[in-house]
Amino acid sequence: MGRTLAEKVWEQHVVRRAEGEPDLLYIDLHLIHEVTSPQAFDGLRMAGRTVRRPELTIATEDHNVPTVLGPISDPVSRTQVETLRKNAAEFGIRLHPMGDAGQGVVHIIGPQFGLTQPGMTIVCGDSHTSTHGAFGAIAFGIGTSEVEHVLATQTLPAYRPKTMAIEVKGELPVGVTAKDLILAIIAKIGTGGGQGHIVEYRGEAVRKLSMEGRMTVCNMSIEAGARAGMIAPDETTFEYLRGRPHAPKGEAWDQAVAYWKTLRTDDDAEFDKVVEIDASTLTPFVTWGTNPGQGAPLGSVVPSPEQFSDPVERAAAERALEYMGLTAGTPLRDIEVDTVFVGSCTNGRIEDLRAAAEILRGRKVVTRTLIVPGSMGVKKAAEEEGLHEIFKAAGAEWREAGCSMCLGMNPDTLKPGERSASTSNRNFEGRQGKGGRTHLVSPQVAAATAVTGRLTAPADL
Amino acid sequence: MEAFTTHTGRAVPLRRSNVDTDQIIPAVWLKQVSRTGFEKGLFAAWREDPSFVLNDPAYEGASILVSGPDFGTGSSREHAVWALQQYGFRVVISSRFGDIFRNNSTKMGLLPVVLPEDVVERLQAAAEADPKTEITVDLVERQVRQGDLVVPFEIDDYTRWRLMEGLDDIGLTLRHADAIEEYENGRQPWLPTTV
Repeated sequence: MGRTLAEKVWEQHVVRRAEGEPDLLYIDLHLIHEVTSPQAFDGLRMAGRTVRRPELTIATEDHNVPTVLGPISDPVSRTQVETLRKNAAEFGIRLHPMGDAGQGVVHIIGPQFGLTQPGMTIVCGDSHTSTHGAFGAIAFGIGTSEVEHVLATQTLPAYRPKTMAIEVKGELPVGVTAKDLILAIIAKIGTGGGQGHIVEYRGEAVRKLSMEGRMTVCNMSIEAGARAGMIAPDETTFEYLRGRPHAPKGEAWDQAVAYWKTLRTDDDAEFDKVVEIDASTLTPFVTWGTNPGQGAPLGSVVPSPEQFSDPVERAAAERALEYMGLTAGTPLRDIEVDTVFVGSCTNGRIEDLRAAAEILRGRKVVTRTLIVPGSMGVKKAAEEEGLHEIFKAAGAEWREAGCSMCLGMNPDTLKPGERSASTSNRNFEGRQGKGGRTHLVSPQVAAATAVTGRLTAPADL
Repeated sequence: MEAFTTHTGRAVPLRRSNVDTDQIIPAVWLKQVSRTGFEKGLFAAWREDPSFVLNDPAYEGASILVSGPDFGTGSSREHAVWALQQYGFRVVISSRFGDIFRNNSTKMGLLPVVLPEDVVERLQAAAEADPKTEITVDLVERQVRQGDLVVPFEIDDYTRWRLMEGLDDIGLTLRHADAIEEYENGRQPWLPTTV
């Protein structure tokens, strides 16, 4: 019987297999940042261990960094960033600190440098590591104990997750984005739908996505509970990688491409689970609740908890509406927001900024609007295209690179009761600041919402 | 890590689903560079509500958290495990866990126990009816016991053995240093380095 993409990549990385034990899996690339690494480095020091392969490791500062120029004013955040600098220097790990041209959100810079390639295993102490699966890599988030394990051994003991296919039939209609697609998928299968599985996104609509769109989809695999998300590499992948600083060159490129072309699920392979979704019926999608599965088409209304037959889902919906300050039956388009955030590892890449700029060109925002490039590289590219001038003319704030308002670890937060339309990945209670209320949206919906102050699709303008 | 064989303790019924790791420990607590002191941040936002179950003195000293489905979804922060352990929990029972949280727990010796939703409900109801109710979580027999209720739970042999012995994963892996080196010698030549 044939093998799935996930099985092929996994098998290629098994260092050791023994009956009744997890596989020992080799890790090709370890991404680290300031938040989940300090205790891991402490652990190494306490045990007298060292970093086995510093040259397969790269560090950046992203979660804590302010997105306005200047030093970190919060002493606790500053200590964390300084700790990463000390650790990177002590163990010989390449670091892109604040202000460096290569700095950015960890999942933006890997692909940007060409370090993320098909067929690799990639881990990071961050759940959105699933982003890198867009290249046909197995990429997943780990905790600090596992960060320490990878630093010390460049491997991880792990059982191979089950496989799941999400077959996206048909084409996405004009105006419907990768973000709408993944939000609709999560709403369909639920926050636990992918639990224990590596998801492979397949089908015509997925093949037609750009690399950046594919990264948006894979990024949010974790919000459906999946261990990882993958998309088989193709010409779109190779074109994106060609010429990037760490992509193979010359003869090595040809060898690599020949191998990468084998990284597809065989026709006779079987998945443990298959889900189908029809792309052609999708419309702009937003969340109304406090987990990413609580979403609905923008054209619909806030659902009533009674609509949910499952008592657990019903209770969750009741609680979500209370936290979100929403009434069942309210059209989603009537929901007013205080803040719009465009950025994060989900939607902080150049195509996202272009999409937002296209809508904001010649218009004015009526809400606080933060446009935060995912990396200094993205910022530079946007400025070369003049996108920053469009944002500034519209009245939006053009910021430095970082995780920003995706999570409340840096100065960009919501105040209690404030409501955002956000291109990030989590609408959990308090995620963007204590008491803050988050609606997850695409960059296009975010920009249109900034113009009207209510959840809005570009087509409504 | 501390070895786990069998544990008997009182339980806290947490009647919520999708308890994500941002709720278990909000991001603002993640700025610490040490491994201690996280118990103060456990469920920090929810604890501001006097009616939240952890604020009920009847559950003081409980060591088993019995939660609704999809516990520990979201962020990979191991701080969530540290916060639960440092608060005094040794076991979390739920019908479904976030994969990364479950992995992090077993690395630290916090036992995640998956039980069917109706059994979870029964345990919650028992702890609500009498907060002094004791639950036994027996990793040796792979059983949860409460009164007349005896329910098996699944855990793979390897993880069970590691938890029962309290073994450090890194030490175990380093016994296979030769295999790692051999693998490294055969890696594809085009694979990138960060240099």
